[in-house]
Amino acid sequence: MVLPLASCGSDASPSAGVRGDVTVFAASSLTDAFTEIGDAFTAAHPDAKVTFNFAGSSELVTQITQGAPADVFVSADESNMAKLLDAGEQAADPVVIARNSFEIIVEGGNPRHITGVADLADPSLLVVLCAPDVPCGKGAATILSNAGVEVTAKSLETKVKGVVTKVTAGEADAGIVFVTDVIAAGASAEGVSIPDDVNVISKYPIVVTKQAPNPDAATAFVAFVASGAAQAILARYGFLSP
Amino acid sequence: MRDRARPRGGGAELPGPILVLAVLAVVFFALPLVGLLWRAPWSHAWTYLTDDAALTALRLSLLCSFWATLMSVVFGVPLAWLLARVSFPGRGVVRALCTLSMVLPPVVGGVALFFALGRRGIVGQYLDRWFDIRLPFTTAGVVVAQTFVAMPFLIITVEASLRQLDQRFEDASRTLGATRWYTFRRVTLPAIRPALIAGAVLAWARALGEFGATITFAGNFPGTTQTMPLAVYLALERNPEEAIVLALVLIVISFAVLVGLRDRWFGRSDQRDPTVHA
Repeated sequence: MVLPLASCGSDASPSAGVRGDVTVFAASSLTDAFTEIGDAFTAAHPDAKVTFNFAGSSELVTQITQGAPADVFVSADESNMAKLLDAGEQAADPVVIARNSFEIIVEGGNPRHITGVADLADPSLLVVLCAPDVPCGKGAATILSNAGVEVTAKSLETKVKGVVTKVTAGEADAGIVFVTDVIAAGASAEGVSIPDDVNVISKYPIVVTKQAPNPDAATAFVAFVASGAAQAILARYGFLSP
Repeated sequence: MRDRARPRGGGAELPGPILVLAVLAVVFFALPLVGLLWRAPWSHAWTYLTDDAALTALRLSLLCSFWATLMSVVFGVPLAWLLARVSFPGRGVVRALCTLSMVLPPVVGGVALFFALGRRGIVGQYLDRWFDIRLPFTTAGVVVAQTFVAMPFLIITVEASLRQLDQRFEDASRTLGATRWYTFRRVTLPAIRPALIAGAVLAWARALGEFGATITFAGNFPGTTQTMPLAVYLALERNPEEAIVLALVLIVISFAVLVGLRDRWFGRSDQRDPTVHA
């Protein structure tokens, strides 16, 4: 489904008009993948320059509605994108460019031998989750209720990286985070997969903003993210194709 | 404040440009507060304020910041005294080390506390194994994180005051036969009291607003580790109106303490100064 788009990325000739700065406001879970996509974009369009602002999706929406000069906004969930749409800040309809699912994160080597969601109910395990107010916590709560498992978390983190830090530092035994977070944590962490029938899939929509200072380059960037080259990069960081 | 200005000749003689800059600085600090007040949802404020979760977070914040201040005084004053009065090799390094947490990003401070006091930490593993003490995810962990970032404010303030203090008063006390401890208690401590209180208030304010080290080291759990700043942060994700109200509560409390204590204690310090330097 993504393959036909690959041709878009490779024909560099009609892209000669893409120039100037493109400012991309992207969810922090996209930091590594989008930095690489930005390099690939400027390699294809040498007259363009991409600047990123990575932060939590809700912070980014606040910044944009308060007048921050964003050309492109990428949200880690649809509800924050909806906030931007409610404020009428979009130039076109958003497009989903990636999806992400959840995994149980454990320390590298899985010392507590956790095999699935049901194991998290063990009261001797130190489990940390995200707070239900942030996307990763909403997902974790849904997964636990889908699986019919009751978990007493020791902490409800404000950010998904807080869960990762506590598990990789050995302070917590397990947590529920995005698959991409487990991959980003490297060898110090390991993922235990959550079956599809209880898992939650989150979508990453992208949009050109209404106030975009450079709408042409912004549109080109959005098209590039949908291209095969960029999709291959996203896949390498653990994102699912849209 | 007004009472204080009069004997010193009044503030109206300030050069114009300085006055303008000073007023701009006041506006710079006042405007964001005005912005919060302007956007605050006054009609719903009471509902947010009386919310159980908010009250729990507030109670925890007051409790933890009180303990962090107490810890800062108990350990910080002796440390300030050591730094001000005892000349030893590497004193500059020790001073820098003890104020390091002021410049360290608090989140990094929290991770560093893991490596020191967490269940795999240098000391923490023995606390866990021998004494069954675990600091992460506990209220005591919040106090540790807050003390770590707040104590330097007290150390710096008290050390500066000890350095300015005329040591002849202490010498006189000693020649009159007072013990070191008596001199410290009856001569040194009263003389540095304004600085001690200023330092304690600064440390308290820093502890009250602490976010990064707390969330990293102690986590966020309502009733045990969720302090007001953490509750405000989460409210911002859920309902920005509620976050503004909760933030205003923190501001009002710190205002009451800062304004109340300053006028009370700093007035005295000004009257004391001339006698000390006489």
